[in-house]
Amino acid sequence: MTVILDGVSVRSRGEIRLDDVNLELSPGMTTLIGPMTAGKTTLMRVAAGLQTPDSGRVLVNGQDVTGMSVRKRSVAFVYQQFINYPSLTVYENIASPLRLDPRFRRDGVDRRVREVAELMGIAGLLGRRPAELSGGQQQRTAIARALARPVDLLLLDEPLANLDFKLREQLRADLKSMFAGSPGVVLYATSDPAEALMFAAPTVVLGEGRVRHVGDVAGMYARPPTLAVATTLSDPPLNLLPGLVREGRIEVLGRSIPAPGAHATAQEVVLGVRPHQVTIGHGRPGALELPAEIRLAEVTGSATFLHLRLQDGRHLVAHLPGTRQYTPGEPALAYVDPAHVLVFDADGGRLLGTGAAEVGLHG
Amino acid sequence: MADIRLEGVGHSYDGGRTWAVKPMTWTWRSSRAYALLGPSGCGKTTLLNIISGLITPTVGRVYFDDRDVTGVPTAGRDIAQVFQFPVLYEEMSVYDNLAFPLRNRKVPKQEVDRRVRQVSHLLGLDQVLGRRSRRLDPGRQQIVSLGRGLVRSQVAAVLLDEPLTVVDPALKWTLRSKLKEIHRDTGHTLIYVTHDQTEALTFADEVVVVKDGEIVQAGEPAELFLSPAHEFVGHFIGSPGMNVVPGEVVSGVVRVGGTDVGRAGGGLPPGPVRIGVRPEFVEIAKAGGFRVFPGLPARVTGVDRMGAYDLVHTEAGGHKVIAKTEAGAPYRPGDGAYLHFPAERTFLFRDEVRCGSLAPMNGRGRA
Repeated sequence: MTVILDGVSVRSRGEIRLDDVNLELSPGMTTLIGPMTAGKTTLMRVAAGLQTPDSGRVLVNGQDVTGMSVRKRSVAFVYQQFINYPSLTVYENIASPLRLDPRFRRDGVDRRVREVAELMGIAGLLGRRPAELSGGQQQRTAIARALARPVDLLLLDEPLANLDFKLREQLRADLKSMFAGSPGVVLYATSDPAEALMFAAPTVVLGEGRVRHVGDVAGMYARPPTLAVATTLSDPPLNLLPGLVREGRIEVLGRSIPAPGAHATAQEVVLGVRPHQVTIGHGRPGALELPAEIRLAEVTGSATFLHLRLQDGRHLVAHLPGTRQYTPGEPALAYVDPAHVLVFDADGGRLLGTGAAEVGLHG
Repeated sequence: MADIRLEGVGHSYDGGRTWAVKPMTWTWRSSRAYALLGPSGCGKTTLLNIISGLITPTVGRVYFDDRDVTGVPTAGRDIAQVFQFPVLYEEMSVYDNLAFPLRNRKVPKQEVDRRVRQVSHLLGLDQVLGRRSRRLDPGRQQIVSLGRGLVRSQVAAVLLDEPLTVVDPALKWTLRSKLKEIHRDTGHTLIYVTHDQTEALTFADEVVVVKDGEIVQAGEPAELFLSPAHEFVGHFIGSPGMNVVPGEVVSGVVRVGGTDVGRAGGGLPPGPVRIGVRPEFVEIAKAGGFRVFPGLPARVTGVDRMGAYDLVHTEAGGHKVIAKTEAGAPYRPGDGAYLHFPAERTFLFRDEVRCGSLAPMNGRGRA
């Protein structure tokens, strides 16, 4: 089973929603990550056949299905806003797609309903109606219905976004194991980097209607090929600092660190620094020292998020382990180990090198 | 601004058969930032609606300082509210939307302008003040809604019901810290309802954890994290939540399976006990490589590489235990390992309520 989007573009009210998307989806789970307006929903609607692209084709197992009605295709869709039949019990909600499927006879339906209900942890609720369920149970019911019938293509559009944080944590672990080894194509859209990293599935980064990158998510996190990919996969957001490459070093806010790779002169770069790589008060020898003013400390118990204002007015966030007390308005020295810096071309955002290894600066 | 006092306040939607909010007495102190944290259906929104006046409680009285407002509708309470989704006049400019709550109360024109500009500056809306709010993306519209909630200087409280639901993750960070800064500058009393523990912990001076219509614990974020008084608080706060491992107290020693993991602090009587320890504090070492006894034998079942950190999933005596470690933890599924629960960060629970803490073993334990 493969699903291919071939040069798919979608315009709507003069705006480009998808811009020449080329994508090949294999059996098993694929994560689709991007910010809210990236075009994730449009991409999924096109893949499902709910929307016809303005140009490009959708191929399932090599067959062009671009104009084909969703009814004729083997597709299931789970939306962010859970949808169930309010007058039917949980059992009947899950059973409804099976009753139309000749592959399931009477006892087959019953067995399958109980199987997926068990999987989704709602086996004890089969007799209830949606109104008698919590939000999380309703969404589990909707997911169970989508899972009940084996389909070629299962699309999940931020299915956990409206759920309680804790429930989300649990369900994403459940879904991960459930989709491992799925014979059909499962495409899961999210805007949460933690979710994408946890799934550890092949990952498509979408931004402004374009495919930014496709690859293994852990590798992409460690060596983001572009600034756009790096910011999409960073939560808390990536700190950005302006730099200028000169004589083998990068000048940053009046200080300098060694430049990774071969050097170009006077190349403008953007340094990406993850918040958990910033230390306060002390740094390793050779670390970039940044004088700052403390603006705010957010304490979660497990960590402290320290918001700093650098001398040029720029905002920097440090993610520090444990509980620390800081007073807003006080000065602080922030340190960044050059080994942990991501260096991007200021023009275009391509990764030039990381502190640890190098791609090579061009010049 | 006023202290908001709930005296014996409870609410039932079914004539007293069940309580959405169980009768409680509680004071929201003036000028503090509170987070009301709990799962959906726990009663937190009902509680918020009782404060705002949308709901008259089945029992009890609501006071703003010494004024009994129990029967007073929302309009008479001087409350500002921000909802989950943007509530704006779509055809009005952002400026007029922000000015609306002030003009409505006959605030002098100059003061209106000063407040609108102050709030728009803090929320980064300066560039869009002249734009029709309909033309903004949903995230930006929600920021304007936030601004409308914060623009009045004289309010008893600002109530926020999951205000960051429709906002992009990256923007959430900015808005949360802005909100906190604005709170520091204005001294509004803020009550912020959320199910997201990160939002609650980073935002609030005091987090109030609600479960089944009851407050189970309230305190500063660090206190709730480091010293949960209730199993639910341990579970709900922290990501992943606190590990809970069933054990047994035998002659003053806490035992899991055949392994002693520490002494039972606080003279706990013998019997079953549940051991709570957060993934952040679980120490893990390769089999045989542990320097500190006692150590609980475990098997690694999976590792989540989360970028900034790793989550090592293990099974010890049939129970799941997660250890949160630095990125690059040298474990793979199937590996043997030993776990150590540090005494100062491990608590003991009975009937879900904390009843003691783990104390270090004297000398070596049985391993």
